[in-house]
Amino acid sequence: MLAYLIRRLLYALPILIGVNVITFALFFIVNTPDDMARMQLGVKRVTPEAIEKWKTERGYDKPLFWNTQASGAGQVTDTIFFGKSVKMFALDFGRADDGRDIAREITLRMGPSLAVAVPVFVLGLFAAISFALLLVYFRATYLDFAGVVLCVAMMSVSGLFYIIGGQWLVSKIWHLVPISGYAEGLSAAKFIILPVIISVLAGIGSAARWYRTIFLEEYTRDYVRTARAKGLSERFVLFRHVLRNALIPILTGAVVVIPTLFMGSLLIEAFFGIPGLGSYTIDAINAQDFAVVRAMVFIGSALYIVGLLLTDISYTLVDPRIRLS
Amino acid sequence: MKFVLLWSDALFFLLIAAMIAGGVWASRQPHLRASWRKVGQSRVAIGSAAVLAVFFAIAFVDSLHYRPQLPATPQGEVRYSTEVLSALDALLLPLRTQTEKTYSAPLATHLFAKETLDDAGRDFPPLRYPGTHLFGTDKVGQDVLYLTLKSIRTALLIGTLTTLIMLPAAIGLGLLAGYVGGWVDDVIQYLYTTLNSIPGVLLIAASVLMMQVVIDTHPEWFATSAERADARLLALCAILGITSWTGLCRLLRGETLKLRELEYVQAARALGVSSALILWRHILPNVMHIVMIAMVMDFSGLVLAEAVLSYVGIGVDPNTISFGTMINTARMELAREPMVWWSLAAAFIFMFVLVLAANLFADALRDAFDPRASR
Repeated sequence: MLAYLIRRLLYALPILIGVNVITFALFFIVNTPDDMARMQLGVKRVTPEAIEKWKTERGYDKPLFWNTQASGAGQVTDTIFFGKSVKMFALDFGRADDGRDIAREITLRMGPSLAVAVPVFVLGLFAAISFALLLVYFRATYLDFAGVVLCVAMMSVSGLFYIIGGQWLVSKIWHLVPISGYAEGLSAAKFIILPVIISVLAGIGSAARWYRTIFLEEYTRDYVRTARAKGLSERFVLFRHVLRNALIPILTGAVVVIPTLFMGSLLIEAFFGIPGLGSYTIDAINAQDFAVVRAMVFIGSALYIVGLLLTDISYTLVDPRIRLS
Repeated sequence: MKFVLLWSDALFFLLIAAMIAGGVWASRQPHLRASWRKVGQSRVAIGSAAVLAVFFAIAFVDSLHYRPQLPATPQGEVRYSTEVLSALDALLLPLRTQTEKTYSAPLATHLFAKETLDDAGRDFPPLRYPGTHLFGTDKVGQDVLYLTLKSIRTALLIGTLTTLIMLPAAIGLGLLAGYVGGWVDDVIQYLYTTLNSIPGVLLIAASVLMMQVVIDTHPEWFATSAERADARLLALCAILGITSWTGLCRLLRGETLKLRELEYVQAARALGVSSALILWRHILPNVMHIVMIAMVMDFSGLVLAEAVLSYVGIGVDPNTISFGTMINTARMELAREPMVWWSLAAAFIFMFVLVLAANLFADALRDAFDPRASR
């Protein structure tokens, strides 16, 4: 097991390096730092001195890969690639444009993001599985048909509609919860409840439909026929046999997103004013703060790779037929 | 009048031509005819296809661009407006030009807000064109129906061109990885795992930011603002394509792995047919249904994504009329007192109809063409 984990981690390393190279190319080769400076300072009437100053402040005044002016190891380390990209592996993200330390900001904002994302994940999974179970229980009836139609209709509604409509109905008309904002501790609940419900609602259509097909596929297996032949009731077959076996692909499929929960949701956080990583990213995008966006891309990819690893491990835990090798 | 062929127009026409050619090709293949008949027998499929056809027709008319001629100068020189219009603009001339001062409710006869009039104190001033605005007017008095109709082209372009742009990469690399195997397979797998591991929204955000810098630092590339907006739209399609080709590529790789072991491929190889010819003649036609299903399935997701991305500020050019920019400008309108609901409602209803039709059509196609799909 340990050997497998180490090998998987070693396999993840080239992917992370690849991500790093892609982001580096995107941010520094497609556009030179001069372009970015000009963009930030306003395209017209910008002096070369101002550009130099902007670059020096952010450490963009070095060569890209190879510093001929430095000596020894400094030839490699005193460059933009090393300073901006390689250091990310040590979780050193540098400073945002407003001068704050990005790593510190990330640890501060992780909490609010998780406070929304974890309930959304758990409740969303539970709601979608329950709904799919209901449809499967009444399969090949009008109830099932109506449910599938409802799922397709819910999938076809823009996520923005759920958010805008939900805020309008619950906060403005019913005055149940504040429209947006956040508070520390337990009082966060009243700010979190609406975004959680809206996210769950927005995601349930596609998830429930997907789970329904998994359940139905499970119904075609031989063990179901055997169970029926034994004289087990339909309800017993569904909950004891089909549900358990269908949960394997559903749960292992859900594992991959667990690490990325840290990143929060861009849209929901921006709309509800939750000071998490999602709104941090949005603010950075709007302010064109390249350092923050770069850091978020790196962290997001790293978390996704961790998710893939967890998926592999969870497969072996739930299904004894699969061995790690 | 001077015709203008924007890049997106050319690609859109190419796409429609390809769709027609594909339809003709597919109808000549006996083994596909049964599947198409199954699609044709489904009432839902025909209904949704009809709705999609209407949307496509509107987008097509909206893609015929021209620059109107300005009154000639005293020297007799012919000049053209820098404003690029489309045939749809010409058809909807009354809607486009009959603007009001500000908000007015659907089919209203008076403006939405009270104003100080000369004679009778504060009252609702009468509209210039009372009762003509089916969905009312927005903040600057533009007809909302006109805006929604113009949005259709943007939505369809994003939904179709994205897949068109990514298709060569997805098909080429997917078939290559599956058929050749070995280190080629390893490299391609590494490529798409790496791209896949970057969270989609963030990759799009980063790419769009960078694209904006390129476009803003090279204003000399574009003659008109329409061309700049068009370049941005195409770049957005390319970026969305780069982030979304991996899924199809993986599917095609898996399918090719399966197909290359089948007898007819083995037989072709034994007869000395070259690999390129085998891929072209025996593998490609047998994975086309996967490509088609993936294209239709991706479409609705891309239309929805456009709205979200434009809302976040990393979508189309703010001057391009799209569902996303419409929703973005109307974002605070529900909070007004009394509220203005018609812009949002119109954008959401049109989007819902389009996406619902696409989803239903995609389901019908998948049921007919994918033998593994269970009902």
